[in-house]
Amino acid sequence: MKVLMFGWEFPPHISGGLGTASYGLTKGMSKIPGMKIKFVVPKAYGDEDQSRMRILGANDVVIDRRLINHETFLREIEYIEINSKIVPYTDPDEYYTAVREAETTGRSFVFTNFSGKLHFTGKYGSNLYQEIADYAVVAASLAEKGDFEIIHAHDWLTFPAGIAAKRVSGKPLVIHVHATDFDRSGGSVNPAVFDIEMKGMRIADKIIAVSNLTRNTIIEKYGIDPEKVVTVHNAVEPLHEAEKLVLERNMDDKIVTFLGRVTLQKGPEYFVEAAYKVLQKMDNVRFVMAGSGELLNRMIMRAASLRIANKFHFTGFLKGDDVYKMFSLSDVYVMPSVSEPFGISPLEAMQSNVPVIISHQSGVSEVLQYALKVDFWDIDAMADAIYGLLNYSALSDMFKVYGKEEVENMKWENAALKVNEVYKSVI
Amino acid sequence: MRTICLYFQIHQPFRFRRYRFFDIGREHYYYDDYMNESIMRKVADRCYLPANKIMLDLIKKHEGKFRVAYSISGSAIDQFELYAPEVLESFKKLAKTGCVEFLSETYSHSLSSLTNRAEFEKQVGKHRQKIKELFGVEPGVFRNTELIYSDEIGAMVADMGYKGIITEGPKHVLGWKSPNYMYYNAINPKLKVLLKNFKLSDDIAFRFSDRSWAEFPLTADKFASWLKALDKNEETVNLFMDYEAFGERQGVETGIHEFLKAFPSAVFKIAKFSFSTPSQLIESLQPIAPVHVPNAISWADEERDLTAWLGNELQWQAFNKLYELREKVESVGDPRLSKDFEYLQISDHFYYMSTKYFSAGENFSYFNPFGSPYDAFINYMNILSDFEIRLNSSSVSDNDPEVSRLRALLDEKESLIIQYAEQLKKKAVKKTPAKTTSKKTPAAKTKSVAAAKIKMEPAKTTGKKTIKK
Repeated sequence: MKVLMFGWEFPPHISGGLGTASYGLTKGMSKIPGMKIKFVVPKAYGDEDQSRMRILGANDVVIDRRLINHETFLREIEYIEINSKIVPYTDPDEYYTAVREAETTGRSFVFTNFSGKLHFTGKYGSNLYQEIADYAVVAASLAEKGDFEIIHAHDWLTFPAGIAAKRVSGKPLVIHVHATDFDRSGGSVNPAVFDIEMKGMRIADKIIAVSNLTRNTIIEKYGIDPEKVVTVHNAVEPLHEAEKLVLERNMDDKIVTFLGRVTLQKGPEYFVEAAYKVLQKMDNVRFVMAGSGELLNRMIMRAASLRIANKFHFTGFLKGDDVYKMFSLSDVYVMPSVSEPFGISPLEAMQSNVPVIISHQSGVSEVLQYALKVDFWDIDAMADAIYGLLNYSALSDMFKVYGKEEVENMKWENAALKVNEVYKSVI
Repeated sequence: MRTICLYFQIHQPFRFRRYRFFDIGREHYYYDDYMNESIMRKVADRCYLPANKIMLDLIKKHEGKFRVAYSISGSAIDQFELYAPEVLESFKKLAKTGCVEFLSETYSHSLSSLTNRAEFEKQVGKHRQKIKELFGVEPGVFRNTELIYSDEIGAMVADMGYKGIITEGPKHVLGWKSPNYMYYNAINPKLKVLLKNFKLSDDIAFRFSDRSWAEFPLTADKFASWLKALDKNEETVNLFMDYEAFGERQGVETGIHEFLKAFPSAVFKIAKFSFSTPSQLIESLQPIAPVHVPNAISWADEERDLTAWLGNELQWQAFNKLYELREKVESVGDPRLSKDFEYLQISDHFYYMSTKYFSAGENFSYFNPFGSPYDAFINYMNILSDFEIRLNSSSVSDNDPEVSRLRALLDEKESLIIQYAEQLKKKAVKKTPAKTTSKKTPAAKTKSVAAAKIKMEPAKTTGKKTIKK
């Protein structure tokens, strides 16, 4: 089967959940016999000189086409980069510098965060829709020439491209929803984004949701026929040897970690409050908030006003190896997300033998048995779970052993097979 | 004449409230009164009261030919007394008919038979006493928590003077043999063993209202015809089940009460069986063979083993931790601590921590007040931590490393003070004796007084705390 896939970044430029997921899935699919994927991504990073190019139409678009062959792939896949101003997401630190730069130099720059939420930088915001439309035009031109049987588009920024490709080629469209605007915005959706999402979902022949949670959102909030929406849970890449870092402990204190963007969606404030409760009862424990984001300063203030700052540490944004170093130092990992369509990071923690506490409001809670689950707002339960994992060794021992086993059984190959079934159902 | 032995288990656990770690050392009340009361009231109204009324009517109607046996756990009796005393009254009425036998068990429906003989005997004794008080009879037959049985447990029960015990008759123990005979314990042949016919028991207790079951709907006549079809040489059909099956697990609307009402007549008319209590069977039947049970069995799940209560690391840690405290509880002898210790042993707490129902899902949540086995474990361990703190503060002994450390410290300081005082004396003698001694000794005195005060303190606080409780 030949697939035209509109995705996001590819290694080495991976910066978050969506990129990890589409990469993992593509990798898993490359192992299915007869599967050929043409992978199209917007090529635009904050450090590029965007003023050099203007996208007017398909003929003017600069397209890099190359064949890549990752060591992990069985077959090489065709990888196409389209120069576009759409930046799917970038890490928050880059974001701050990039926005400042964009404002001072007058360059056109649009930021979206990890899960694709837009941050309009004032005067440039209105151009984004033009960009997306232009990207769709390119998609259409690709589709015209293309040799494929199915179109697969990841998240809303690529939906117009998917729709355009479907219109031109008449081939079935599968859209993959990693997050909806309801997750990103906490309820106050952006009407323009909602409109694009809605169009994509209506025109698509099948919709893949990353969890039942997301599937329900699609059915309830977007009014899509339940028959059309299929859940394919994400998986996780096995750890590379090089990533299995073991860092020497430099203190006897237990460490409880929050790792992720410090934004409303991730629920960092509940972590701080739970930390306070635990620290009332235990002394030999430290809390770490790794990540940055718009709520970071408020969290620092809150920790200070609770007088736990000597036991509560902020690391800023962690990249690459540092993430695994952080895991190797952690005794408990907490993901108190308010709304998490899936949430791959607890799986990564479990790979590193760290017991996890996740919120019921995350898609990943649907697939994990060896994890403690609490409501994100229930700080008493969260604190109790942290205390339990730190003090009752049978529980953490059990999670370390069985949790790792559980995660190791979650393979992208299996997710890929399910996606393949979805393809077969629409052809 | 072939016979049926009907036995019903009645048990309600004292469910714990949500006990967070920040309650440790502060809150010493562990029970969810609201949940315990509302569940007890619900089950009493739907099951215990109507079922007891049916039983009483049946006994009267059949003029002594219909007989049943019950075992009521101590924690259920405690809850009847608290929340539904009329249920106890109805059991007393049943007891007066003389057609009802009450069996012995552990007071708190515990797993103590698996770990601590002294505790086991104590609890059985307490339960025995309670049954005698309430119903005026001394039980002669034993049934262990959840029908847990092994050769050793049987021998232990025989030593305690029981003539018989009832347990599960699982396939992996019996093989080709039939549960429809009386057996005896493999270690002590004096103890007779009655085995549950799990097929026919579960047909009523579990499958009665199952619409996907090929035999649905089950009527008393149909059941009696199955009995009739059994091998003519078989002696007894032991139907052992939860009493809660009648109106609670099988809801009133399924017609289970009507089934029960029609059951004895159908059995007499169609199958020509009689009804016997376990004691009657032990008197009348000849045991045919020993039953070998080297590894403990129970009546739970397909496996009929202990994995529902002691299957994973969480359960084992909680269980071992609990029984480690037993000696201290005994030595302190505080009635409130002893009561809590009893309720901490209720087997249901360990059942809530089971991870074996992950695939079964629903079945589990019905019984479990906790969202997950982990919640159950954390909650239990928090309570146990508080319990241990209370226990330790009531029993300060030299064995406690903290206390002996403090004591050593005091002794050391004491000896230093004496040493200094003597040195001062010597110096004072050398110089101007009268002046210095009068000057320095008071200081030394106050020091040793202070030390004495410190020494008093642990004992003092302990005293206070004990009084408080």
